[in-house]
Amino acid sequence: MSDPIPSKPDVPSDAETLLHRAEAEAEKDPFAGVDFQQLELNLYKPRTLFSIVLSWVVSGMTLLALIPLFAVLWMLIWRGGQKLGLALFTQLPPAPLEQGGGFGNAIVGTLIMVGIATLITVPLGVLTGVYLAQAGSSKLAGAVRFSAKVLTGFPSILAGVFAYGAIVLATGGYSAIAGGIALSILMLPTIVLTSENAIAMVPARMKEASIGLGATTTQTAWMVLIPTAMPGILTGVMLAIARAAGETAPLLFTALFSNYWLFSNGRIDLMQPTASLAVLIYNFSGMPFKNQVELAWAAALVLVALVLIVNLIGQSFSRQQVTQ
Amino acid sequence: MASVSPTTRVREEVATWNPAQIWQPPSSAQRWIDLVFRRLCVGFAALTVVLIALLVFEIGVKAIPAFREYGLGFLYRATWDPNKAQYGILPEIWGTLYTSLLALFFGSAFGIAAAVFLSEGYLGEIVFKILKRFDLHFHPFWGKLPDRFEVLLKNLIELLAAVPSVVYGLWGLFVVIPLIRPVCNWLHAQFGWFPLFSTDLSGPGILPAVFVLSIMILPTITAISRNSLVSVPPKLRMAAYGLGATRWETILGVLLPTASRGIFGGIVLAFGRALGETMALAMLVGNANRLTVSLFSPANTLAALLANSFPEAGAKEIPVLMYAALVLLAITLVVNMFGALVLERAAAKSEAK
Repeated sequence: MSDPIPSKPDVPSDAETLLHRAEAEAEKDPFAGVDFQQLELNLYKPRTLFSIVLSWVVSGMTLLALIPLFAVLWMLIWRGGQKLGLALFTQLPPAPLEQGGGFGNAIVGTLIMVGIATLITVPLGVLTGVYLAQAGSSKLAGAVRFSAKVLTGFPSILAGVFAYGAIVLATGGYSAIAGGIALSILMLPTIVLTSENAIAMVPARMKEASIGLGATTTQTAWMVLIPTAMPGILTGVMLAIARAAGETAPLLFTALFSNYWLFSNGRIDLMQPTASLAVLIYNFSGMPFKNQVELAWAAALVLVALVLIVNLIGQSFSRQQVTQ
Repeated sequence: MASVSPTTRVREEVATWNPAQIWQPPSSAQRWIDLVFRRLCVGFAALTVVLIALLVFEIGVKAIPAFREYGLGFLYRATWDPNKAQYGILPEIWGTLYTSLLALFFGSAFGIAAAVFLSEGYLGEIVFKILKRFDLHFHPFWGKLPDRFEVLLKNLIELLAAVPSVVYGLWGLFVVIPLIRPVCNWLHAQFGWFPLFSTDLSGPGILPAVFVLSIMILPTITAISRNSLVSVPPKLRMAAYGLGATRWETILGVLLPTASRGIFGGIVLAFGRALGETMALAMLVGNANRLTVSLFSPANTLAALLANSFPEAGAKEIPVLMYAALVLLAITLVVNMFGALVLERAAAKSEAK
């Protein structure tokens, strides 16, 4: 009867001996058994070659992706900048074959329609945000959050279709009001989600202190939550305005377009077709006249500048946000 | 504006209050206002849900006459002839899916590459190496440049998502089409037997539309993918490096699989955006009622059809267009809900860790 486990003479059975031996060996040569050739960053090793090649591929693809993105901005400045002048902001769009002209009425129209949309969505969106931040995870809150997220990806043209059916057909004509309402559908989700976030970020101790002093929910919301969350709310409002200002599809058949100023005889008439920068770009880009195409480029430059400035203002607010 | 901390602001405000007023319980008027305000908040919140229902209802009701007349055949017929009152939107459905999927393929490939580039600190590394040449890499000012460039590039890409789609359309019309036209026509002349190149590019067409659409959805994909790559727990990356994995074995084997849910959610949301994108396509896709796989042929999409036909539609055409809008609504709602759900799950999963 021999031992079932054959004992090897060079493997010590005692764990302590093993440890001592390993320590002694490590003192002699700490890197014994490490294959340095294998670790070297060597192009002939398939693993490292693969890694380096993929790094180059990714860098190249990023560069390729960035070229068109910056080419857009460059073309805007180059082609739009040529025509830039004061007349653009004060004159009316030219008729076909007419020279000169501007898009003053389109700028006013864009501002007014975005203004209408802002007036509608800010109270609605901010109060919804207040509710969501307070309600936590109730069923309604979950449903509202989910709808807001779904609305974020809502195709803008369908907002136009909705406003056409609900307002243009009902009031019997294209109007700035219909355009504003179409834009407000697109602004709402951004404002709801960002104000909820901003209000949820208000330190809990401030809210609790207010309730502890005996303030009602309303007083807490108006005197503590909304003022403290204001920078975050404003960021959301600015982002929403920037998005709405650039939207074309919802305005195509709600506000239509107009070659005239909104105000006549010293009064502003909101119930008539209204020009906007975005629709002007669309209309003029399809025309075979050089002057109109140049105006479209200039309008695109003005529109992008407007959108980017509003965006940057929004981002500057977000740096003042108080967090927990 | 002097920046006073909100806490100080509240403290100053409290100091002006009359203690006698605070020590009273809320008056009945205050309690009434409170009730009204709370109801108002709930009401406004519910409006968001009602709004979606209203959107579906409004478009659905207006589409009923067309649905009665054309039924489901509307979805698989290919003629659009207002004179004979024959309508079908198969070419538009096909065009919408074809352009969106192609744009999604290119947008995701380049968008995820850019996200890896941004989250792996490649740009910082390059700037660092350049600074090292000039021995400035630990300089108090220049040494911060690598980080600053990374943040700058990230912000720039996100800012480009804000450029209005009509501007991309204008760019595509006057820059992209003239640029790619000779290449496309050469491809058609050489490889015309290949179905993708079976027509020549005479102006607007599918390829310019796909090109511009990919560029438009790229910032969305990059931003969301970068976020999910950055939020992979650092210990996973360290563990992979510790086991001797190379950089790309780590990226492909650990980082991308861990972030895959977030990336996938981003891709689905970008798909939703591509499906509903209107202006760039209305300007670039050619607005032709054609069922084709050729990349250079003009075609049409649902959103572009609505944008082009609605302004001059007669009373008889409106219900038909509403029907088309309903189809677009159904497609995008399904895609967006799916995307929102996937992102929600991804967020819940990363919180659980």
